[in-house]
Amino acid sequence: MATTALAGPRTVRPKRRRISFGRAVAWTAMGAIVLVTLLPFYWVLRTALSSNPGVAADPTSVLPVDPTGGGFERALGLQSTKEAVAQGGAGGGLDFWRYLLNSIGVSTLITVCQILFSAMAAYAFARLNWRGRNTVFALFLGGLMVPTIFTLLPNFVLVKELGLIDSLLGIALPTMFMTPFAVFFLRQFFMNIPLEVEEAALLDGAGRIRIFFRVLLPMASTPVITLAVLTYITSWNDYFWPLMVSYSDSSRVLTVALAMFRAQTPQTGFDWSGLMAATLIAALPMLLLFGVFARRIVSSISFTGLK
Amino acid sequence: MTVASSSPPRHLPLADSAPRQKPKRPLGDGAIAALFIAPAMLGFAVFLLWPTLRGIWLSFTRFNLLTPPQWVGLANYERMVNDPIFWDSLKVTIEYVVINIGVQTVSALAIAVLLHRLTQSSLLRGIVLTPYLMSNVVAGIVWLWMLDTQLGIGNEIIAAIGLDRIPFLADETWAIPTIALINVWRHVGYTALLLFAGLQAIPHDMYEAARVDGASEWRMFTRITMPLLRPVLAVVLIMTVIGSFQVFDTVAVTTAGGPANATNVLQFYIYGSAFGRFQFGYASAMSVALLVVLSAITIVQYRITRAGHTDLG
Repeated sequence: MATTALAGPRTVRPKRRRISFGRAVAWTAMGAIVLVTLLPFYWVLRTALSSNPGVAADPTSVLPVDPTGGGFERALGLQSTKEAVAQGGAGGGLDFWRYLLNSIGVSTLITVCQILFSAMAAYAFARLNWRGRNTVFALFLGGLMVPTIFTLLPNFVLVKELGLIDSLLGIALPTMFMTPFAVFFLRQFFMNIPLEVEEAALLDGAGRIRIFFRVLLPMASTPVITLAVLTYITSWNDYFWPLMVSYSDSSRVLTVALAMFRAQTPQTGFDWSGLMAATLIAALPMLLLFGVFARRIVSSISFTGLK
Repeated sequence: MTVASSSPPRHLPLADSAPRQKPKRPLGDGAIAALFIAPAMLGFAVFLLWPTLRGIWLSFTRFNLLTPPQWVGLANYERMVNDPIFWDSLKVTIEYVVINIGVQTVSALAIAVLLHRLTQSSLLRGIVLTPYLMSNVVAGIVWLWMLDTQLGIGNEIIAAIGLDRIPFLADETWAIPTIALINVWRHVGYTALLLFAGLQAIPHDMYEAARVDGASEWRMFTRITMPLLRPVLAVVLIMTVIGSFQVFDTVAVTTAGGPANATNVLQFYIYGSAFGRFQFGYASAMSVALLVVLSAITIVQYRITRAGHTDLG
């Protein structure tokens, strides 16, 4: 069969034609996958740079039609209502700068606190001897079984009771202290660090706190960074919880704002250009973040499977 | 290890100059452990354990947020069993999960094997992961545009071939499969990388030996890859099925439950009950039902796939 090809060494290719055929099929499949993965990104950019009448007039043009920055200006609230309506946008201005800052604030708060507190707990589970450790650990393990979504309604009631509805802190609070996953992931890593490392530092008279921050945490920098970037992405992309908690501009994050933008359908038709520009603004920071850490994250996920 | 030995705590007192004579391990680390575990414990108790118990309790009450919850026993569950919309939305959710998980698992496996057997390129692994960086909201809006009936590039291509335009997200039969595939687009790369990690754990000489014996690539896949990947595949399946059941964002942005409740998935119905009609008790009861369904599925899947056992030995 042609499928043998995948394993065939390159050097024998000229001799056995079936081999190159199989590889060609496999590479074509790979190419198709890459195309389906990336094409939508280009199409968003192309639409964002087109004008609304242009998008309607020539829906298949590969290049932006009637190129304009109007879409981005509308998304960033730089246009007057009159201008926006004239270009096919909605009248109500949405200020994506503000939502961008809110998203950065919430995601940073969640990531920094969650990773620090989870790492501390992971260390206590992995390396410290204390009564009740196994019981508490079993409890945390049970927490992994509760789907996030189940706690949303009661957590909403709680945040409301705390008077934190419509605040950035209210959005961050439930995931700020820990997630069972983060604790397990880091505990696994701490358990694999040889005991001698810590014992040597203890003999030198270093306290546990010092050892944790100066020795173990730096040693765990790779899993910590991977986890931090993934936590950042997850909180950045979260929609359901912020939708429940935020009601006004003061706490509105990008995902919620984007869904609102989409719901503000103008009478004349969709503001596709503005919507795609807003989508790009919401997505770009994560693409940049990933661009910086891609190699580390990809190898971390694809070699340890994050377990 | 090298990190630790290369960064000795310089300004720490030497053992002999320390006031304490016993540098040995103390009897217990109780106090220090309490310090380390306190923040996580607080978060766990207040935002995970307590809400879980409270969610179960709320399901036995009538509660509209404004007045205190009122105990009503099993009334919410009785109503749920007799609520045709609940059963409908459960059906829609299951239809979504079956399509989503079916297509996603097969595609992810194919991508993982391609990444494993065809190339070692980490660039390609990075590319397949990019949609995962988008939020569900972004993915939903992007495909809403790509699949728009009048102007979307998808329908332009369909029309160019000479077929009828398909109102993907506005048609009762197409909407759920379309949403399921949009989420495949977003998650398949991540799932593929998790499976890829499992493939890396299979000793390479097994493939070498099989090739020496003249085994075809397909035979290697069925006889080596699949059996040895099984435990990883099982865990990934359990994880993705649980995630899949919680679909909400994509529905909220693309169809908002319509047309005619065709995409009224369970989470969307729960959200509507709580925040649209302020029936927090009833919404909690449905959440409990979902929790029970998910737990049952996890246990059954775990048993069937023997996720805890490996054949690699």
